[in-house]
Amino acid sequence: MHAVGAFVAGLIFGIGLMVSGMTDPSKVIGFLDLAGRWDPSLAFVMVGAIVVGAIGYAVARNRTVSVLGGAMHLPAERRIDRRLVLGSLAFGTGWGLAGFCPGPAVVSLGAGQDKAVVFVIAMLAGMALYEIAEKHFHNGGK
Amino acid sequence: MIDWTHFTPWTSLAGGVLIGAAAALFLLLNGRIAGISGILGGLMRPVRGDVAWRAAFLAGLLFAPALYALVTRIPAPTIEAGYPLLLLAGTLVGIGTRYGSGCTSGHGVCGLSRFSPRSLAATLAFMAAGFATVFALRHVFA
Repeated sequence: MHAVGAFVAGLIFGIGLMVSGMTDPSKVIGFLDLAGRWDPSLAFVMVGAIVVGAIGYAVARNRTVSVLGGAMHLPAERRIDRRLVLGSLAFGTGWGLAGFCPGPAVVSLGAGQDKAVVFVIAMLAGMALYEIAEKHFHNGGK
Repeated sequence: MIDWTHFTPWTSLAGGVLIGAAAALFLLLNGRIAGISGILGGLMRPVRGDVAWRAAFLAGLLFAPALYALVTRIPAPTIEAGYPLLLLAGTLVGIGTRYGSGCTSGHGVCGLSRFSPRSLAATLAFMAAGFATVFALRHVFA
């Protein structure tokens, strides 16, 4: 049942990304281009997602088990450290270069777009590099 | 200057609502955060009992275009980045989201929905880097 819940959530998430315009890199870059002809649409995506998300999180706040059974897996980490900030800066740079972030890239892969295939392969390689680096330098992170 | 020709407040808001609803549903049903980079990256160190839900969520994302196409035509995206830039961008997104423990979905939507200061710091960092990168691409080196 957990897999069914995850599939349905992923499906709705993906449809939402498509409807919102997030799967069009030129629209994402239009939002990030503050100094050019700025398209504020993606701020509306964030507002819609956060308002509805916050209601969901408020409802779930006092739950100790999920509806399908099993623990609530909420991140316990609260530190704002160098890894978080430098990692996020690197991510934002890549996001600005191509206009793809992970969710829309996976959805566009599902739509069979050549450029999304290349982007996702590079993204998986980047994630693999992280795993290799973590394995070699047990630097006390997570 | 606002780009009124590309401005889509209502569809973007509607897409955002779907994204937020999917994140809320996933939290309530599965007790999980809908963070795409984390769900994907977690498959690189597979743990028993932890693989099926990740694969199912990603399958939902991949299947979204097929479902969307049943209802209406999928809009053709514009991807300005060429292949070398896509490779660089994808690698940065892969490494950055893993070091930064999240992306637009995990930090930007889910983290902000639960008012996490850590996710707010990450979101500000990747947004700032995205704005700076597009500024450099469009207005400095262009």
